[in-house]
Amino acid sequence: MIETILNRIVVSVPVLFGVLFLGFALVQLAPGDPARVQAGPTAPPEVVERIRQEMGLDQPVIVQFGKYMERLAQGDLGRSLISNKTVTSELAAAIVPTIELMFASLIWSIPLGIAMGTLAAVWRGSLLDRIIMAISVAGVSLPIFFICLLLIQLLGVKYPVFPFIGRGGPIWTAEGLRHLVLPALSLGLIFIGPVSRMTRSSVLEVLRLDHVRTARAKGLTEPQVILRHGLRNALIPVVTLVGLQIGYLLGGAVVTETIFSYPGIGRLAVGAILSSDFPLAQGTILVLALGFILVNLIVDILYARLDPRVQKK
Amino acid sequence: MPEPVLSLGDLQVRFRSNRHVLRAVDGVGFDLMAGQTLGLVGESGCGKSVTSLAIMRLLPTPPAEIAGGRIIFEGKDLLQLSERRMRQLRGGRIGMIFQEPMTSLNPVYTCGDQIIESLRRHSGLSGKPARDRAIELLDLVGLPSPERRVDDYPHQLSGGQRQRVMIALALANDPAVLIADEPTTALDVTIQSQILDLLRELQERTGTAILMITHDLGVVAETCQAVAVMYAGTVVERGEVGALFADPQHPYTIGLMAAVPRMDTDRGRLVAIPGSVPPPWQPIAGCRFASRCPLADDRCRRDRPPLDAIAPGHEVACWKAPIDGDRP
Ligand SMILES: Nc1ncnc2c1ncn2[C@@H]1O[C@H](COP(=O)(O)OP(=O)(O)OP(=O)(O)O)[C@@H](O)[C@H]1O
Ligand SMILES: [Mg+2]
Repeated sequence: MIETILNRIVVSVPVLFGVLFLGFALVQLAPGDPARVQAGPTAPPEVVERIRQEMGLDQPVIVQFGKYMERLAQGDLGRSLISNKTVTSELAAAIVPTIELMFASLIWSIPLGIAMGTLAAVWRGSLLDRIIMAISVAGVSLPIFFICLLLIQLLGVKYPVFPFIGRGGPIWTAEGLRHLVLPALSLGLIFIGPVSRMTRSSVLEVLRLDHVRTARAKGLTEPQVILRHGLRNALIPVVTLVGLQIGYLLGGAVVTETIFSYPGIGRLAVGAILSSDFPLAQGTILVLALGFILVNLIVDILYARLDPRVQKK
Repeated sequence: MPEPVLSLGDLQVRFRSNRHVLRAVDGVGFDLMAGQTLGLVGESGCGKSVTSLAIMRLLPTPPAEIAGGRIIFEGKDLLQLSERRMRQLRGGRIGMIFQEPMTSLNPVYTCGDQIIESLRRHSGLSGKPARDRAIELLDLVGLPSPERRVDDYPHQLSGGQRQRVMIALALANDPAVLIADEPTTALDVTIQSQILDLLRELQERTGTAILMITHDLGVVAETCQAVAVMYAGTVVERGEVGALFADPQHPYTIGLMAAVPRMDTDRGRLVAIPGSVPPPWQPIAGCRFASRCPLADDRCRRDRPPLDAIAPGHEVACWKAPIDGDRP
């Protein structure tokens, strides 16, 4: 197991490197001039030019990237061009809200998706099955921003039950929780569709297998057969799917945080890119890439725990 | 005089699809005596597995439907039992092993845990006593170093070893009847005879009656005291193995015997009888074997022959019986 994890980490290094370089290049291509941002809108052109040279922006991208990596190796991510705070401190402040949002989104949506998929599989062809599948198709096809706006309109404006602007505090406070409800509902909804559909087809497949007949021949009750010998086996492909979907979740977090003015990494990234705040934008890309790699590592470990056939290899 | 522990009478199983009704089992009956082995033989598709699943009441309904008959186990008709009572019997008083040892165990649990699950369900054992009993069972079925193997996952075992685990699982709660649906078909020849030896030895030790389902008359000769020959969903001949083998009466049985090849060829793939089984959705008034029978006449095609005793402990469903000396 340790070996698998180490292996994963080693493989992740070039991936991380590639993502950082791509991000770096893309940020360069984006419209906007960091030197102008740094100098201020009223500064004369020669000042802007001087600042550009000081920042090294006149050099080729590859040289700039080399310097960036050099500083990164020393743990220096630079300073935000807008706030002049260190990028590290900006990221540190945004990462906890984002983790809270992810947690709050997944904690209900994955179990619910699995439960819906299992019910649909057990009563396949029934009205319940059709309703569940209709919900999941809707969840898959509605864009996330639309879901956000719909929920705001419904539970924020028409029936003002939950706040929909900003963060109310840490997740364990009542205000913090209240502010999390709508963003976590929106973000979690995009998971319901894929997870319930995958669970349904996977459970259906497993319930046809010979070992399920053996379980029945042991005299187990139908719920025992379905949960222990059906769902338990069916979870293996579901976990893989969830791992693959985490990318969407990160993308969804950017949209959700922006719409709900939620002070997380996603909103930080959008803000930084829109204001040509290069160092900060690059920092958020680094965090998102690390997050993605970490989640996939967790998925791998979980996968090996669920399927004993994987461990031995 | 041994008592029948399991007795089937005129069992009827149908599969309904939108196009037709398929009579997979159409009047199967036999008596399995306590402590004995009864062979249920017949070619592929004649309804052996459906019969065994009907006894366990594990057929998927729908499409399956038990349209009639009795399954008397220890004096009670299983077809009348509540699902709850039936669950107590499954894996308890009636154990079952399947045709496919490679896929019949759940890949995500250890062999030990799968046996323990059954022990907990029926014998109320858990913790260390359950584990000890699982090891004891694995030892009983001849798995080498059972205290280590108990923690192995199925994929770490060979096909023959997995079938041994299946047997341990089926015998976990000292069943009165063990249904073995072609327990050796998927295994290679040397392993086959090891498993058969094991079943015979276990029977001597535990006194479990075995319903041995097979398409291999060689297996019947080796392991059974009684035999019922099935053709296209019905029993065409049944009796004690000695009597039936010495003097087979139904033309199908006679054909089967002729089709049992020597050691060197594919054992018991019953291909030597000309013609093919009638499609099971076609209603047939007379004898089901008539279309392939060299002796068939109008009466055979018109009226269905009943199972009649031809000698003590030997019954046959054929208008032409007794057939003497000269075989078709
Ligand atoms: N779930 C099902 N739905 C429809 N028909 C079925 C089903 N299960 C079995 N049958 C039909 O019932 C008949 C008997 O099948 P069964 O599996 O009992 O044969 P068998 O004697 O066990 O053959 P084999 O030696 O190949 O195992 C076959 O014609 C088969 O097509
Ligand atoms: Mg079969």
